[in-house]
Amino acid sequence: MTNTPAPKTPKIRLKDVHKSFGDKRILQGFSLDVMPQESVVIIGGSGTGKSVMLKCILGLLEPESGEIDIDGVRLSTLSRGEREQVNAKIGMLFQNAALFDSLPVWENVAFGLIQGKKMRRGPAKEIAIEKLAQVGLTADVGALSPAELSGGMRKRVGLARAIAGDPDIIFFDEPTTGLDPIMGHVIDELIVKCVKQVGATAITITHDMASARRIADRMAMLYQGKVIWHGPVTNIDNSGNAYVEQFITGSAEGPIKMELRKL
Amino acid sequence: MNPVRALGAGFLKFLAANGRLTVFALNGVSHCVRPPFYPRMILRQLIDIGYYSLPVVALTTLFAGMVLALQSYTGFSRFSAEGAIPSVVALSMTRELSPVLAGLMIAGRIGASMAAELGTMRVTEQVDALETLSTNPIKYLIVPRLLAGVTMLPFLVLIGDILGIFGGYVVSVYKLGFNEQTYLINTWNFIESQDVISGLVKAAVFGFLVALMGCYHGFNSRGGAQGVGAATTNAVVSASILILIANYMITEIFFAQ
Repeated sequence: MTNTPAPKTPKIRLKDVHKSFGDKRILQGFSLDVMPQESVVIIGGSGTGKSVMLKCILGLLEPESGEIDIDGVRLSTLSRGEREQVNAKIGMLFQNAALFDSLPVWENVAFGLIQGKKMRRGPAKEIAIEKLAQVGLTADVGALSPAELSGGMRKRVGLARAIAGDPDIIFFDEPTTGLDPIMGHVIDELIVKCVKQVGATAITITHDMASARRIADRMAMLYQGKVIWHGPVTNIDNSGNAYVEQFITGSAEGPIKMELRKL
Repeated sequence: MNPVRALGAGFLKFLAANGRLTVFALNGVSHCVRPPFYPRMILRQLIDIGYYSLPVVALTTLFAGMVLALQSYTGFSRFSAEGAIPSVVALSMTRELSPVLAGLMIAGRIGASMAAELGTMRVTEQVDALETLSTNPIKYLIVPRLLAGVTMLPFLVLIGDILGIFGGYVVSVYKLGFNEQTYLINTWNFIESQDVISGLVKAAVFGFLVALMGCYHGFNSRGGAQGVGAATTNAVVSASILILIANYMITEIFFAQ
């Protein structure tokens, strides 16, 4: 397990975060530092708490204990208004894109600019068209409704919305889920390109190992609510961790046991 | 489980649900007077509730007025009291039928649609997406619906009052042989401003209840399509029951001696 001390203030720091739903303990002492402009991919099986961890950082869920800092600022001490200011620095690509059905594509992309940053609709639309171009979509797509888009196009629009405000931090929640391998590859390349262009810090959660290898500078493996290994992406195949080895090979045999209900 | 324990658990659950609803309602109302406001969203809801509900409310109240005149004639003619029909139609429509029927129709049309739309937004993470885009979902989604419910239902009820009285007039004059002028004079002489105002107050309260129930159940829905379906049903049923309870309470306040 690689564990080098942080040379400067982490962009995002989670320390001993716990979160439960009723009797079900999801995060059980989750700790992770993400440095500025670093792209960290968190891998782990379904139901291990990856999405819950992201929602805790975004303030959508309240952890029971633990500390979450962004740029050294403790999020639990912020008022709702201050929290919204922090969220304005964050872009998020949801698993199913979470586009607003009632708005055309360009307004989805420009939403944070118009509503969050109070930009006028004209300039916001120009930026939206520019961001759509960055993810390989033409201006005429901007006039379509989200219901008219394919899965891959929805992800691209979601990505354009995530980068529209030139955020400092971008979260990607299973960006390639539900896409064919070629479209998955295209989305991965767009993510890498967009994150570099914006100069953002990125956290991606996925269980698609091919995608993880393409996106990550560093990987962390989440198991039973805590990080059991983290290190550079180049070390993932020589992690020396039986859980990581089983996960990346997708073997049914190993220390990770799938919880199956007895018949 | 011990029956007493089950009863207690059920009662505590009921209190908790009421507490959550009250907090949600107070939160929504407090945001109604605090910026930022979203005029486009408010306008959209005003049009959706006011303009698009007009046909259903108009038809309901028109036929209610017509039926009321017919039924009143059947009963009153036994006592040679047909002359009371204009006042009965006018008072019944303005005080009771127009607000209650409009409220129930809006509960079915708008309450269900609000719960389904917000519920779908919740389960597809669109509500979470709003938060990440620095937009308060209460201000963006709930406040426009509450404001539109409170302001539009009185307009609909006012139109319903006019159409209901008109329906009674048409049946009385063209089917039952009433004199046109006498009918209109009787209606005008009997109706008082308090009759209309009480109906409009009821309408505003019903509009709030319909919007609140639609928003509350939709916003808190969980569990995919089944959860959205349950939220829609709960929104319509709870709004309808609350309308009938509130109707009695407002009537008591306005007209109890």
